Amino acid sequence: MKQQTNPEPCISVLRAGPLALLQDSGRFGVRHLGVTQGGPADQYSWAWANHLTGNPWGTANLEITFGGLQLVAGRDLEIAITGADLGATMDQKPVPLWQRISWKAGETLAFAAPVSGLRAYLAVCGGFVAEPVLGSVACVTREELGGFGGMGTKLAAGDQLSVYSSGLPVGEGLIQAPREAILDFSQPAVLDLLPGAQIAHFTGRSLFDAFNTWWQVDDRADRMGVRLTGPRLNCKISTLVSEGINLGGVQVPPDGQPIVLLNDRQTIGGYPRLGSLSPLSASRLAQCLPRERVKLAAKGSDAALEQYRSFRALFHTASR
Amino acid sequence: MSWKPVLESAGLDSWIVRLFEDIDEHNLPWLSALSRRCEQAFGDALIDLVPSYTTLLVVFDPLMISPSQARTMICRILADLEPEDSADAGAIHELRTWYDTSVGPELSRVAEHAGMAVSDVIDAHSQQVYRVFALGFAPGFAFMGLTDPRLECARLDTPRRRVPPGSVALAGRQTAAYPKETPGGWNLLGRTSAKLFDREREGFSLLRVGDQVRFVPVSREEFEREGGDTTPMEPLV
Repeated sequence: MKQQTNPEPCISVLRAGPLALLQDSGRFGVRHLGVTQGGPADQYSWAWANHLTGNPWGTANLEITFGGLQLVAGRDLEIAITGADLGATMDQKPVPLWQRISWKAGETLAFAAPVSGLRAYLAVCGGFVAEPVLGSVACVTREELGGFGGMGTKLAAGDQLSVYSSGLPVGEGLIQAPREAILDFSQPAVLDLLPGAQIAHFTGRSLFDAFNTWWQVDDRADRMGVRLTGPRLNCKISTLVSEGINLGGVQVPPDGQPIVLLNDRQTIGGYPRLGSLSPLSASRLAQCLPRERVKLAAKGSDAALEQYRSFRALFHTASR
Repeated sequence: MSWKPVLESAGLDSWIVRLFEDIDEHNLPWLSALSRRCEQAFGDALIDLVPSYTTLLVVFDPLMISPSQARTMICRILADLEPEDSADAGAIHELRTWYDTSVGPELSRVAEHAGMAVSDVIDAHSQQVYRVFALGFAPGFAFMGLTDPRLECARLDTPRRRVPPGSVALAGRQTAAYPKETPGGWNLLGRTSAKLFDREREGFSLLRVGDQVRFVPVSREEFEREGGDTTPMEPLV
C-alpha cells in the first residue's frame, strides 16, 4: 500500500534507450472516448515483476523495449526484473532475472540488447510515483497520455524518477519466481487463438493456412499491433463498418497478412478478424522480435478462461 | 427495422453486439439504450463499452464473469430492448468554424467535385445537424454524418503527415474535427476554435457517441478572438 510518498527522486536516467515506458495495468472505462487501453504489452511478465517486489496488482513499473536504458540509484532500493533478457547488468556485473534483488545507492543498472525476448519489466518495491491521467499512469506516446509527467513521454536521459516508500519489509513475500513460471522466449511461440468475429467469412483454404503455417513476425510491429507475414488469407468481406476492437484481435486487411492488435491499438477498426489471441498469448507475442516464427492454435474460450484465471489467482494471495 | 442482432466473440473478456448492417442515425437510440442496460446489468464487472455505428463492444472482467455468462446477460437485454426516447438524444454542440482555403485547402476540391461554389459548400456543410456515430482514430476524434450527398468526396490519395488541431474535415459522407495534431487523409474545409480534447474537462472529450453537432461559420476575426490558430496549411507536395 502507498501510505507515504517519497517526493525525493531516487533514480536518475543516464541513458534512455529506444523505448522505456511507465505502465500500470492500463486505462479503462474511457475507450468510448477514443482513448486506448495502454498497459503492459506483456502482462504476464509485468505482473511477475510487481509480485516479486510485493507490489499489488496494477502498480506501475517500467517496460523496457530493446534495452539501452541506464539508471543510477540515489538510495538503496529493492527491485525485480522480469520478461526479456536484455543483458541487464549492475555496475557491469550480470543481474539475475525473475527474482528480487538489491540495488544499492550509486550503482548503475544498465540494459544492453535483446538476448531473448523484447521487453523487460523493472519493478521497484513501493512502485513509481506518477500522477494518473484519465485514471491511469499507463504511458501511450501516440495519445500523449500518462507516464511520468502525464504527457505520454517515454523516458529521456536526465529524467529523475521517484518511488513510493515500500510497505514491504525486506525479505517478506515471494522473492524468486518458480522455474516453471519463467518463460523461455528463445522457443518459437505457439499462440492460442479464440475463434470469433468474422472467422466464418474466411475461405477454407485460408483457415487451413492460418493454423498450419509458421508465421513470421514482421518489422512492422509495435505496441499498437504486430504484423505477421505468410500465406495470403482471403476473406469474403474486405472491410466492415468500423467497430470496437479488442486486445489480441487478429485482423486481416485486404493484403491478406494478419495484424494482431496490442495495447495501444486504435479503439475501433474495420478489417475482418479471425478471432482474438488469449490475453497470455498476446503477452507472449509482444516478446517476439522481428523475423521470429509463431504459430496460431485454435483454443476454446473455456480452456483459455481457466488458464487466465489461474494466472491471475497467483497474484491475489500475495499482493495484499 | 429488421431486428436480428448478432453476438460475435471478441475474446475472453468481450462480445461484439451487432445490431445493424448499415450506418444510420436511427441506430443511435438503440445503441445508447443497449449501453445503458449493459451498465446496469454488468455493474462492477463492466470494463468498457465501445459503441460504433452499428455495433457495441462490451468488455467485462473475466475474473468476475465468464464469456458464456456475459452472453446470457446480453441476450436477456436484447430480448426486450427498447430504443431510447429521442428526447434523451445526446448533447448539442456548436463548433464555431472559420471556413477558409488557407486552413481548409480542400474547400475548392470539394466544390469542384460537387460542381458547387465554395460558398455553397460552406452552406451545405454548416446548415445541417450531424450525429456522432463513433469515436476513434485518436482520443476525442468523432466521426459524424451523414453529410449532404453532394459533398461526398474521397480521402486524399496521400495523407498529410500533419493535420493541425481543430481542422474541420470531410471524407466520404462523414465529417470530423481533429482534436490534436495527427497524420490525416481527410479533406480539410476549415478550422474550429473549439477545444475537442481538453485536459480541463471531465472525460477530456467534448463529443460523445450520439451527440449532435452543428458547424457555425465565423469570420477570421471572430475565430482569432476565440483563440483560433490562423497559421495557414502548407501546400500538399
